[in-house]
Amino acid sequence: MSDSREDDFAGHALAQDSDDHRWAFGTGFTDALEGVDTTVPKGVDAEALAAYCLMLGDDALILSHRLQQWMTRAPELEEETAIGNIALDLLGQARMLLARAGKADGTDRDEDAFAFWREENEFRNVRLVERVDADFAEMLARLLVFSTWRLAQFDALRSSRDPVLAAIAAKGVKELTYHRDYAARWVVRLGDGTDKSHRRMQAAMDVVWPLVDELFRSHPVEAALPGTAVEGSTLRTGVDVVIDTVLATATLERPVAAALAGVRGRYGRDGLHTEAFGYILAEMQSMARAHPGATW
Amino acid sequence: MIRSGPAWDIAAAVPDPELPMVTLADLGILRDVRQDGDAVTVTITPTYSGCPAMREISQDLRHRLQRAGFADVRIETELSPPWTSDWITAAGRTKLNAAGIAPPPAAGPRSAGPIPLTLTVPVRTVACPRCGSVRTAVTSQFSATACKALYRCQDCREPFEYVKEI
Repeated sequence: MSDSREDDFAGHALAQDSDDHRWAFGTGFTDALEGVDTTVPKGVDAEALAAYCLMLGDDALILSHRLQQWMTRAPELEEETAIGNIALDLLGQARMLLARAGKADGTDRDEDAFAFWREENEFRNVRLVERVDADFAEMLARLLVFSTWRLAQFDALRSSRDPVLAAIAAKGVKELTYHRDYAARWVVRLGDGTDKSHRRMQAAMDVVWPLVDELFRSHPVEAALPGTAVEGSTLRTGVDVVIDTVLATATLERPVAAALAGVRGRYGRDGLHTEAFGYILAEMQSMARAHPGATW
Repeated sequence: MIRSGPAWDIAAAVPDPELPMVTLADLGILRDVRQDGDAVTVTITPTYSGCPAMREISQDLRHRLQRAGFADVRIETELSPPWTSDWITAAGRTKLNAAGIAPPPAAGPRSAGPIPLTLTVPVRTVACPRCGSVRTAVTSQFSATACKALYRCQDCREPFEYVKEI
């Protein structure tokens, strides 16, 4: 191999002497936590930690997928780039969190096993991330709520007793700060824009609102992880302050809407999902399931 | 941390796959190289959680170290402390600028208290890497890679990229 070829990265990936086959539909060739000490600290409930990491990982995985559906459909190239970058950050967070779950529960399942081979009722994401965006305003309304909430959550998790979770959170905080600013600026621009953009931005906030309450429900898994997890209910005040500031600047009303009910006390975190979820899961999983273990 | 020796020198010289004008050491993503006989453990850190270049970086490190005679090469990821653009070296900044990519100012330590919401696009003084003018404007906070934003120079009218401070 000559030196010029040595600098050719594509050449490396295709080099015949490489024994590094990529799994065609996933990431099975790398471990997002390779070399990271994944020992569960003493006194931390490993089962609960795994369940908690799945919750946070699934939130990011599914919203990332929904955002990816905007590729080739965004109103401007710059916005498409922004949405794609945000989706990529969330996918990266999901990869590490799912890998962390597989290490914590002792099964050593990798991220792909979780993403492609679980059934609908095994996913632990909140229902906010499931719905299809009807327009650009709905994408922004959800992203504003989600990134504000997740930023508050990750900011608190920086001091988690699990050092892996704390490290993932500290990294994510920087990314989510950009996501929140992006969504907030657009909500202000559209809300405080023309009559039409104001009306559509308000409608988008109204549509998303019934799914917001669920974000602040505390879950038994969180209660089983004192000092390691963050209880959803503790995040409400801080998130409200930010969202109310954005809505006021955008001349939008804070929606008044009844929360989407659970079923017999079960919500997204318990594996109960909305109709939209089956479709997005089918799209995400069908290829991997049609050709299990395929490589190229 | 050993920042010298044959294994360090090889690892440090590996170019970044997405910003090939700078090396892993220039970007500050090469965190540690431990050498024990013909075994080497290299520790790298991602710029962003979803950085898709990590795989190519690992593979390239492995190839180059093996070609230099290190039989046992391990690549490890370090997540904490998270990468900051402040780790880009002075040499790295010069190379980025020469390639038309404006380097970031100091991100500095985070202030205490809640993370501030920024409803207006932050005004930074970013000099155009082509003509040096500081009359530049951001066109997008995101660009072709996770670590960059898009700018336009209002004097020479050329668009350029800018490595975001994080």
